[in-house]
Amino acid sequence: MDLVCPAGSLPALKKAVDNGASAVYVGFKDETNARHFSGLNFKEAKVQSAVDYARAKGVKLYIAVNTYSQPDGWDKWQKAVDVAAGIEADALICADMGVLDYATQKYPDLNLHLSVQGSSTNSESLSFYKNNFNIKRAVLPRVLSLKQVAQVAKKSPVELEVFAFGSLCIMAEGRCYLSSYLTDQSPNTCGACSPANFVRWQETDEGLESRLNEVLIDRYQEGEKAGYPTLCKGRFEVEGRVYHALEEPTSLNTIELIPDLHEIGIKAVKIEGRQRSPAYVEQVVSVWRKALDAYARDPENFKIKPQWAKPLANVSEGSQTTLGAYTRAWQ
Amino acid sequence: MKLSLGPVLFFWPKQRVYDFYEQMLQTSVDTIYLGETVCSKRRELKTAEWIELASYLAESGKEVVLSSLALLMADSELSSLRTLCNKASLKIEANDISAVQLMSEQNLPFVCGPSTNIYNARTLKLMQKNAAMRWVMPVELSGHCLKTILKEADDLGFGDKIETEVFSYGHLPLAYSARCFTARYLDLPKDDCRFSCINYPEGVEVRSQEQQALFNINGTQTQSSSVYNLLGEVAEMQEMGVDMLRISPRADDTAGIIERFKAAIKGESQEIPLSNSACNGYWYAKPGMDLIAENQLDAGRLSC
Repeated sequence: MDLVCPAGSLPALKKAVDNGASAVYVGFKDETNARHFSGLNFKEAKVQSAVDYARAKGVKLYIAVNTYSQPDGWDKWQKAVDVAAGIEADALICADMGVLDYATQKYPDLNLHLSVQGSSTNSESLSFYKNNFNIKRAVLPRVLSLKQVAQVAKKSPVELEVFAFGSLCIMAEGRCYLSSYLTDQSPNTCGACSPANFVRWQETDEGLESRLNEVLIDRYQEGEKAGYPTLCKGRFEVEGRVYHALEEPTSLNTIELIPDLHEIGIKAVKIEGRQRSPAYVEQVVSVWRKALDAYARDPENFKIKPQWAKPLANVSEGSQTTLGAYTRAWQ
Repeated sequence: MKLSLGPVLFFWPKQRVYDFYEQMLQTSVDTIYLGETVCSKRRELKTAEWIELASYLAESGKEVVLSSLALLMADSELSSLRTLCNKASLKIEANDISAVQLMSEQNLPFVCGPSTNIYNARTLKLMQKNAAMRWVMPVELSGHCLKTILKEADDLGFGDKIETEVFSYGHLPLAYSARCFTARYLDLPKDDCRFSCINYPEGVEVRSQEQQALFNINGTQTQSSSVYNLLGEVAEMQEMGVDMLRISPRADDTAGIIERFKAAIKGESQEIPLSNSACNGYWYAKPGMDLIAENQLDAGRLSC
């Protein structure tokens, strides 16, 4: 299986390439991609260096143009596609049908992948994208159980990529508007979830408080580890009980599923985290490369090694990991 | 401008569903959407019974549309969807692209529901070419965006070939998950959820630790706690060329709400009944939870 790795900067891209990525995915410095954070991503001029570095080492470069184009900004999305086509990206990762349509019409030879933001969770939906835009691959949302991934793979008209490691979206990607409900910016419209400019930290008598657009997301007592106030991972009150009503701060880690994913016929596994540091990319990519290589060498006797666990736990949200929706118990 | 009744997003007992629709037949809604859109485990009415109910309601002369599931993850869900989509005599609301695929390959008319992610005129045109007869704007888009999309649709020469519907009243559907948050609240595994949603006819409220109402848990769906209310924007939508306004059913007084909107369409209602638990921010390109009062509106508000 291919190892598809994130890069939000050239140093991160170099770490991914040098530590065993099969492909690296990047985005431009605007709202055309789903990690539109300040200080992150590539200017047009820089993206050529990214391609050059990756290609020189036999690694592919994918470009994510995976937010939904709105009427007033179409030229940005169009330009993003044009630039990606111009540098002959190995794949363009899109979600919006308007963008996919433009790319298909204008660059029929461009290799199109359906982004996880396209929210395609079944074979009939994948067929629509295949028939209308000739996508070659789709990234599955993190809502399917392993059994369901296998069902989709059996009938899928395109190659499939699944999430292997990183921050866990608990909602079907591409169809979650929680962030814009609180802040006016969502992954679909702006490429941002719980955007940093709406975040406020405050020490109070009742503890350290994290707020998103003034809404209290969590309150930490002394000694509790505070996490970024992603709104679905806050502690809220439901009928008098305060708990993580939607999800705890935790990361997805599916290293133990490598044999299953391979047998199902998954073509690529994806590491989340273009917003993370080069050090994160280095640690996660190198562990996953070792794990995939160990499996390839001796699939029958694949075992998780204890030395893989620690570096992954260190870079995980809340220092804990989960198999997420792949297991029914999580659901 | 017409009025529609959206599908009931909650899990109600069978008799309540039947009684509700009997009552709805007496209201001013022109179109009734019905069917299970949230969770395939909710089977007070089985697929065949929804189809039967839809056929019965259609005899009233109102337009009837069967709404399909939004998040399809299992083969069994796809096969129920095929059963729905192959009933050629009934229109379908596609809430996932799988339904778009099944309808367009038969070249049968369908409605693109609010979770089909139509954010621009280029996408809308593609849907229209694939046989869509109507679309519901994604709930997070603003009035300004809608105006621009409709203008572009006219410029591209297909504006009159597809109808536009706006989610105008009710708890906003904001997210779908594999996880059931109602079962999580009750400490039950999803596989043994005991169909607990049936005990919460309008969901379960999620508040911040400061008692600010935020969300409404409805099984695998997360909704806005506040009720979206565009009653004050009816005239603006009329002017814009919106064809249909959607009222999303609530546990109580849906009929009363319908008649207020009907009056607003006729230009009879001057009253804007916005309470503290209402919101309309999305329409003004603000955070969805915001409530923008009439006197706060200014010319610069409509940026996308």
